[in-house]
Amino acid sequence: MAEATEFKAIGTRPVRPDGVDKVTGRAQFGADLNLPNMLYGKVLRSPHAHARIRRIDLDAARAMPGVHAVVSGADFPGAQHGEIGGEGGGDVADVAKNVMARDKVLYHGHPLAAVAATSQAIAEAALAAIEVEYEVLTPVLDLEAAMAPDAVLVNENCFTKNLPEPAEKPSNIASVMTLARGNVDEGFELADVIVEGEYRIPMAHQGYIEPHACTATVNESGQATVWTCTQGHFALRTQTANILDMSVADLKFIASEIGGGFGGKTVVYLEPVAVMLSTQARRPVKMVMSREEVFRASGPAAGSCAKIRVGAKKDGTITAATAWLAYEAGAFEGAPMGPGAMCVFAPYDLENFRVEGFDVLVNKPKVAAYRAPGAPQSMHAMESALDDLARELNMDPIDLRLKNAVAEGSQAAYGPKFPAIGFRECLEAAKAHPNYQKPVPEGAGRGVAAGFWFNAGMESSAEVHINEDGTVQIIEGSPDIGGSRASMALMAAETLGVPYEKIRVLVGDTEASGFNNVTGGSRTTFATGMAVIQACEDIIAQCKDRAAKTWGVDADQVEWEDGQAIPAPGVNAELKPLTLAEIMKTAARTGGPILGRAALNARGPGAGFSVNFGDLKVDRETGKVDVLSFTAIQDAGKAIHPAYVEGQMQGGAVQGLGWALNEEYIFDGNGVLENPGFLDYRIPVASDMPMIDTQIIEVPNPSHPFGVRGVGETPIVAPLAVAANAVRDAIGRRVHDLPLSPPNVLAAIEEG
Amino acid sequence: MRYEAPSSSKEAAKLLASAKGKAVVLAGGTDLLVRMKSGAVEPDLIVDIKRIGATQEIKKSGNGFKIGAGVSGARLGKHRALKKAWPGVVEATNLIGSDQIQGRCTMAGNLCNASPAADSVPAMVAANAKANVVGPGGRRTVAVEKIPTGPGKTSLKKGEIIESITLPAKAPRSGDAYLRFIPRTEMDIAVVSAGVNLTLDSKGVVKKARVALGAVAPTVLLVEDAAKAIVGTKLDDDALAALAAACEAACRPIDDMRGTIEFRTEVAGVLARRAALTAYERAGGKK
Repeated sequence: MAEATEFKAIGTRPVRPDGVDKVTGRAQFGADLNLPNMLYGKVLRSPHAHARIRRIDLDAARAMPGVHAVVSGADFPGAQHGEIGGEGGGDVADVAKNVMARDKVLYHGHPLAAVAATSQAIAEAALAAIEVEYEVLTPVLDLEAAMAPDAVLVNENCFTKNLPEPAEKPSNIASVMTLARGNVDEGFELADVIVEGEYRIPMAHQGYIEPHACTATVNESGQATVWTCTQGHFALRTQTANILDMSVADLKFIASEIGGGFGGKTVVYLEPVAVMLSTQARRPVKMVMSREEVFRASGPAAGSCAKIRVGAKKDGTITAATAWLAYEAGAFEGAPMGPGAMCVFAPYDLENFRVEGFDVLVNKPKVAAYRAPGAPQSMHAMESALDDLARELNMDPIDLRLKNAVAEGSQAAYGPKFPAIGFRECLEAAKAHPNYQKPVPEGAGRGVAAGFWFNAGMESSAEVHINEDGTVQIIEGSPDIGGSRASMALMAAETLGVPYEKIRVLVGDTEASGFNNVTGGSRTTFATGMAVIQACEDIIAQCKDRAAKTWGVDADQVEWEDGQAIPAPGVNAELKPLTLAEIMKTAARTGGPILGRAALNARGPGAGFSVNFGDLKVDRETGKVDVLSFTAIQDAGKAIHPAYVEGQMQGGAVQGLGWALNEEYIFDGNGVLENPGFLDYRIPVASDMPMIDTQIIEVPNPSHPFGVRGVGETPIVAPLAVAANAVRDAIGRRVHDLPLSPPNVLAAIEEG
Repeated sequence: MRYEAPSSSKEAAKLLASAKGKAVVLAGGTDLLVRMKSGAVEPDLIVDIKRIGATQEIKKSGNGFKIGAGVSGARLGKHRALKKAWPGVVEATNLIGSDQIQGRCTMAGNLCNASPAADSVPAMVAANAKANVVGPGGRRTVAVEKIPTGPGKTSLKKGEIIESITLPAKAPRSGDAYLRFIPRTEMDIAVVSAGVNLTLDSKGVVKKARVALGAVAPTVLLVEDAAKAIVGTKLDDDALAALAAACEAACRPIDDMRGTIEFRTEVAGVLARRAALTAYERAGGKK
């Protein structure tokens, strides 16, 4: 078990294998691939947020010199219904319509035609030559208006799922869900104090630096190769095969390096279009989104409305809690209502609770995953309510959480019993942290909040090849976003007893690697790591076998230690250990090349808890909020590469604070996004943020050989409420809705 | 598209005056290139003025400083005498864009781009800066506040360029300051801004004042009532309140994604007050 082991490689901080090429500009990202005879693909996007397509005339565009392919919805087959897979919610048949509209356009920027031409200028001119006749419809833009019984319908064929009785008439509520335990009415009766609040959070974008980009080429046999920046080339291959009605065997997907995804690069946008254009043009087609296209028509995080009610006894024991959670799905079903509802009360041991969730269609882009999808929205509400409760009870906010915190053996609000978890350890570490002991600076307020994410396991494959000189090649299929090549190499180094420097890691394409699900759900270090560890164990077993053959002993008389086969204690003690290199020298005689492999569906990912706190200063005359200090404490199970764990915690803190303070999708009355660029979609810049202090807690995950828990998503959850609670502390008044932008905060100060 | 880089202002004026189609002036290019890239403008003629000697100089004389139209923000920020005399103007110009932008952007370009939110302009207006204009008809000197006439529009005639900007000699016991409001700390555009330039008498009473506001009207505003509110005072609380009220009264902002009418109006007063206090201190006033 993890605690008992002295690690040699794990827990060290080597430079990531892909690092130097990335910082020097040599690494190849999505838009870097160019092929001979390549064409440029561009997408025609809807100028309306909601309209019926009466007619599309592609003839003029087709006739233009330099134009080699023009497609619209009519060229695409109807897709099969099915789960999107990976992290995204919803139906692949909807993704097909999101990639290319058929009868209706459902948001401003929705693709409805595409061209491929010899230059970008010609492609743009061809788009302008496409004639479209629209019947403009009223856009549905407001979450609560969309839920009203007489609302304009985004989709006339959408009937609410999961109702007790089948829905009789269509609705913008795509589905509902309920989670409940105990009796909330009785619970509230037992309460000495009850707090409630209603919280709204606008759509926000992941803000990855690299826009979506891909290049597709289809050969004379109709087989396509697609280079793309993605969190999961296998998932994108599956989606593309479905949308284009192709065999998976006829699609090869190669993942480029990726400049951020955060959940937003788990679904297709350009890939099926590029394959379709290349098929028609019989030439390679490259497509790159502009930043504006990324904002308008990729998959932002859902906007939300949350209503929370929490009752507690004087000693802080929560007696009942309810949550009403509505999420904007965008134009197609699949908002992260489920995870949001399952996370909202997850950190607390509650006898009585009820959660209702709503997945609501609006005429905005189809949402995608964004780090812990759904959790920041719902937990912002709960963690804000707990802050109010702590004030009412005159209790330290950490003590209130400790009073109600789940621990090993607690029945999670979302179902299972927790195995070993580190929530209490995080709370205790926060309370003891020197930053928490310090007084709050003049003019500032302090906020505390907890974060939670389930983490995921799912399918991974890995192969390990031993080169003839004893060096090691790992082949797996999880795109490296957060330093996973380094983590894989460290886990292999630890398992095999080989130095990190002798190990290479390839993120193989869909033909070179076994199946791997997306790099998402904080699953890669856990699940793909487990596959790598098992593949290394496979190698060790084979090496022991080869050593046994060399020595003429039984395999069970050989042990593996520090990267060498050694004779078991008491057996042939005069035999000299055999290193990997020595085993490889004679490998041809002992059975040929040595290749280990593992393929698995990893179970028991180990829930991730965090506690964050920060001091935020409010300018009472302008409403501007400055983050003075921020401390993130999180249970990583076991940090394989602590620097990259800290990086995840710091990055998540900054993204969460950005969402809390200034990030928001601003739509005009026609559903046109008014801030589709980084000037007015304000992610924090480096000078906005203090150094984010981190403390890694290690309560090993019993399901992983080294105790790993995923760490990528939990970090974004708590900062929203930390900011809201700190501002509440500073100005003496709660601002329920995000963002805590200067005009909103100033208005709240003046009301108060 | 034709690109020309003449070596004299006269030549530049001639090229621009005789141009057919869309002709544009290229100084730092930090606005022009962005607009060209986004397709907002497709010029037929680009006249780069950076090879003109006069556009590259910072000249100090008894009349003040003459700053060439091609002088970058970064160079301005390294000029000690200028920083000492007009810290508000230099700081304002140094707020434009990022470090990379500072290597290229210019005060004259910021003025001619004619954005009401331009950072250097309220500071220049408060400083009583003049634009030295060269055109087919010869030279003329224009107060900087007369150059922009509305968003993206200037009073420059066809063929005219700004060769340099003159900041007056610093008066004894004077000081200037500029503040802008942005939700971030940098890399942003002013939601509202204020430039203040004060001259005190020997007792610390404000003798002369110029107050300019940005991003609250189609052009940068020179608010005379705001100046009147503080002349004859030592910036006591009543004077500061009157200053803020005069600024609020002058605001005619728009509601947009960067800020509401109410927010801009209120914060204009706040910034003017704060900038006035800094200018007062720089002028040697003691509170």
